[in-house]
Amino acid sequence: MQSSCDQEDVAAGRTSLGSAFDRASRTREIKLKLGILVNEGPYTHQASDTAYQFTKAALQKGHEIFRVFFYNDGVNNGTRLTVPPQDDRNLQKAWSELAEKHKLDLVVCIAAAQRRGILDEGEAKRHGKNANNIAPGFRISGLGQLVEAGIVADRLVTFGD
Amino acid sequence: MSTLHTVNKSPFERSAFISALNHLKPGDAVLMIEDGVVGARKASAFADLLAKAAKSCSVCVLGPDLAARGMGDKDVIQGVKLVDYSGFVDLVTEHDRTQAWL
Amino acid sequence: MADAKAAEIDSRARKKLMFVNRKAPYGTIYALEALEVVLISAAFEQDVSLAFLDDGVYQLMQGQNTTGIGMKNFSPTYKALGDYDVKKLYVEKESLDERGLKPEDLMEITYEDEDADFAEKPSVRVVSRSELTDIMAQQDVLLNF
Repeated sequence: MQSSCDQEDVAAGRTSLGSAFDRASRTREIKLKLGILVNEGPYTHQASDTAYQFTKAALQKGHEIFRVFFYNDGVNNGTRLTVPPQDDRNLQKAWSELAEKHKLDLVVCIAAAQRRGILDEGEAKRHGKNANNIAPGFRISGLGQLVEAGIVADRLVTFGD
Repeated sequence: MSTLHTVNKSPFERSAFISALNHLKPGDAVLMIEDGVVGARKASAFADLLAKAAKSCSVCVLGPDLAARGMGDKDVIQGVKLVDYSGFVDLVTEHDRTQAWL
Repeated sequence: MADAKAAEIDSRARKKLMFVNRKAPYGTIYALEALEVVLISAAFEQDVSLAFLDDGVYQLMQGQNTTGIGMKNFSPTYKALGDYDVKKLYVEKESLDERGLKPEDLMEITYEDEDADFAEKPSVRVVSRSELTDIMAQQDVLLNF
C-alpha cells in the first residue's frame, strides 16, 4: 500500500501532508455517530477520565455520541455511592451531569455489573439484595447494546487498561 | 482506508507499544495517550523505533497527557505531533477504524 | 435469541466485527468477558471474526486445567463458536513462535460448513503478522478489552 507521506515533509518534521491532509480537512466537516467503550473503573485507571474528556470534546465538535458503554470494571463508574476527595474531580458526577446535559445513553453491562455489585432497583429485587446503587443517568442493560453500538456507530473508540 | 492506533501504556511497562508498531500500514496514525506518551520522549530507548514508524505513519501524542507528566513539545522526538482532545476526536473521524492497543 | 433492536438493524449494512484478543486467560477477566460479547454478537448476524495475538494465543491452549486455581475453565466455549456461526479465528504465527508455541499446542476448533454438506472444517487459521495486519485493516469495527 502506498505511503501517503511526502518524504520532504517528513524530513522537515511535519507529519500531516499531501493527500492525507486533504482527506483530513474534508473529514473534519463531517459529523459522525460515535460509540464509546469504557473498560475500567474510576480513579484506578485513567481510562474513564480520558473517555470523559474525549466524549466532551466530541460533543463540542458537534458529533453525536450514540452510546457510552461501560464494560469490565468500567461498570464501577456507575455507582452513586462514591465519596471522592472534594479537591479532585468527581467522575461519577461528571458522567451523570454530561449525560443529563447532552441526553447521553450511558449503559452499564448487566453481566459485568452483576459480577461487581452494581445494581438498579429491579436487579436488586430480582436477586434478593437489600440495596441498589446505580447512579443517575446510567442504565443497566445487555451486551447487545455494545454490539449494536459497534454496528450502528460510525466509529467505536475503546478506553481501557 | 486507514487505522488509528491508540497506545495508552508506556513501552517500558507493556509490550503493547511494540505490538502496535508491528501492525502498522503506511497511512495509518498512531496516537499515544495516558502513560503511553512516555514512549515519545527524545533519546529514550524507543526513540529510534518510533522515528522509523513516523516515516510512513502520522505519529501523535496527546499534549495534555504529556504536560501532566512534566513534558512538552520540546521533549518529544522529531516528527511527533502534539494534539489535544479535539485533535484526538479528529484523528478518530479521519481514520476508518480505531484499534486500542491496551 | 435476537432481540427487537437487532431486528431493526439494517441487514444491508452487514459489518465486519473483529474481536482482538491479546491477553492470556485467567490472570485478568478480559479473555472471558470478550468471549461473552462474541456469543451475544451472533444474534446480530454480522461478519464476526476473532484475532489472537501476543499473549492472546494462550486463550486457545489445549489442556487447560483450572482446578488448582479454583476458577472456571471456560476454554470449552471456544469450541462452541462454530454453532454461533463464528468460524474465523485468526492466530498470529509470530506470536506463537515468540512464545515457543506451535499450532499443535492449540485446541482443535471446528465449524460445520453448510456449503459443503456440513463437513467439519478448522476455524483456527494461523496467519503471519503481515497477513493479520491486512485482515485487521479490512474490518469495520475492532473490539479490544
